[in-house]
Amino acid sequence: MNAQLDFLAVLSDWPMLLVGVGWTLALTAMAMAIGLVVAVACGWVRNEGPAWLAAPVAAYVEVIRNTPFIVQLFFVFFGLPSLGIRLSPTFASVLAMTLNLGAYGAEIVRAGLLSTPKGQIEAAQSLALTRFQVFTRVVLPPALKRVWPALVSQIVIVMLGSAVCGQIATEELSYAANVIAAESFRTFEAYIVATVIYLLLAISLRRALNWAGPRFIFGR
Amino acid sequence: MVQFSNWDILRNLIFAAEWTIVLSLIAFVGGGLVGGCLLVARLWRGGWVNHVFNGYVQLFQGTPLLMQLFLSYFGLRLLGVEVSVWVSASLALTLYTSAFLAEIWRGCVAAIPKGQWEASTSLALSFGEQLRHVILPQALRIAIPPTVGFLVQVIKGTALASVIGFVELTRAGNMIANVTYKPFTVFAFVGLMYFVICYPISLYARYLERKTHVARR
Amino acid sequence: MSLAAETAPVAPIVEIAGLRKSYGTNEVLKGIDLKVAPGEVVAIIGKSGSGKSTLLRCINGLEEFQDGSLTVDGKPLLTDSPGAMRELRQRVGMIFQSFNLFPHLTVGRNVMLAPTLVKKRGKAEAEAQAKALLERVGLADKFDAMPDQLSGGQQQRVAIARALAMEPAVLLCDEITSALDPELVGEVLRVVERLATEGMTLLMVTHEMAFARKVSSRVVFMHLGRVHEIGPPSEIFGNPQTPELKQFLSSIHE
Repeated sequence: MNAQLDFLAVLSDWPMLLVGVGWTLALTAMAMAIGLVVAVACGWVRNEGPAWLAAPVAAYVEVIRNTPFIVQLFFVFFGLPSLGIRLSPTFASVLAMTLNLGAYGAEIVRAGLLSTPKGQIEAAQSLALTRFQVFTRVVLPPALKRVWPALVSQIVIVMLGSAVCGQIATEELSYAANVIAAESFRTFEAYIVATVIYLLLAISLRRALNWAGPRFIFGR
Repeated sequence: MVQFSNWDILRNLIFAAEWTIVLSLIAFVGGGLVGGCLLVARLWRGGWVNHVFNGYVQLFQGTPLLMQLFLSYFGLRLLGVEVSVWVSASLALTLYTSAFLAEIWRGCVAAIPKGQWEASTSLALSFGEQLRHVILPQALRIAIPPTVGFLVQVIKGTALASVIGFVELTRAGNMIANVTYKPFTVFAFVGLMYFVICYPISLYARYLERKTHVARR
Repeated sequence: MSLAAETAPVAPIVEIAGLRKSYGTNEVLKGIDLKVAPGEVVAIIGKSGSGKSTLLRCINGLEEFQDGSLTVDGKPLLTDSPGAMRELRQRVGMIFQSFNLFPHLTVGRNVMLAPTLVKKRGKAEAEAQAKALLERVGLADKFDAMPDQLSGGQQQRVAIARALAMEPAVLLCDEITSALDPELVGEVLRVVERLATEGMTLLMVTHEMAFARKVSSRVVFMHLGRVHEIGPPSEIFGNPQTPELKQFLSSIHE
């Protein structure tokens, strides 16, 4: 085999890479938007929700956390059609990523909720806030702020994990690398380029979310 | 066409799970050794070694494991080494594990109060003696729960080796699903097998964490 | 012990009768009777563990009690009805030992939160009210500050403004200067004293005996979960009747 590396052959296909990056970010953004809501809801249920809900939510969280993402993805994409639920690769990817982030996020959010000082809740109660208001206005925002770095790490992990989605032909970055590798016969270079892009994405996504979190997600 | 009963599926998956466990152990032990060496080098020298250490951790934590597996697989071939998928998968997973374990353990050593280093230095202990008699015994206690917890991540990580053709639990599941046309059952079983392997380890890690937490209070 | 009934001339704003509260087998309140008239300032003193904080926390439902009755403004306290509890808490403000300001909100928003959510006030109206209240506690310039930028005394004064924003009929103060450095106690007590002279009904658990003596219209001495002695400050501090109160007062002066 030729040991001379040729990155130009790969980089000349930049529009394809760009589309891949776009899809990777889009999948991550969708999984994040829904996954965080799932995480907060499940975190709440496990802390102070009704018992009949707490058990199934705990089962969901444990099953997701103790099985590989690729198996979850295959189950959603290959397995669910047996039940008549046929999903497009993109939709299956978003669903699997969302379920994954929701479960890991639930444990992170839960830890944040648990660390709320009791006096905060009592002060809010003594101001006649409803239970819902106490949770959304007083308990949740500081809790999210406390665990935001951990949530950001988890979102980055989900983004990196989405590379697997190329295996069901979701057209994200790793899929683009697969196609370029097959067309240019520059397999190693294609994956080097994709890996470097993933690294840059991970670093910038982490920075962006750490910056945006305090500004847009939980006020100041 | 061969008829597969659920029992046949399960039996074949159990055989394949063996390789998942073997690959996990290789990665865990190998990663532990490499990660330990990295950490000792960092504690010993500091300075530029710090930067190398951080870069190494950043590189493996900031890129997809799947890409690491691809690079290991195609990279070794490019070097002209015609190796089995065993070597590629073991290499990638070992390096991946080493980066995470080194970072976890670094955090544990950093949690030891600085006074412990200073006190042992003032007693004229050498670096090796400090590590062996003062720092590591204390760090080890807090390191065990997260290390056991990370084993679960390694086991789940081995599932990606299926993509480069390593036949373990997930790959076997794919193959069986293709011949049986029962993807729902097969992948449910595959997930169940991983759960059966991982969940007890997760519970044990949590138990250890609670125990050290109470002991330190 | 039944002195309480005699000293309330008009319809009481807080009326407690036969109140009992226990944690498991440990009874911490063993039948409390107390009536508080509008405008009264009642100081509750006693050793730690005498049940004084628990009594205060019962009055706005932070603690449930097992037996007896408690009415505020003639309305009974029903801990199993969230709606009724919120109704009651709009009438009863509470200030805590540890301030409990909401760390993620500015000082102004801390004060505005409950009026906008519970009383459905418009933002402009709530803001004007918050500014006026902060002015009243001497912190007009801190509207946009975050709680962690304030000293303990300033935080506690914000907490007072926050409670006042709900326009309560009664204000409960639970050892509100105990977490403060000595030099910051005065600024908080001055605010409370002004509230007292303006006619606010106050129930306060306090260790500041000089302050209790100066400001309160009645003093309640609690001992082992009971109201052990009750009377005007001059009587309680000047002429204690029971050996327990005498011992408590002398232990304070040491």
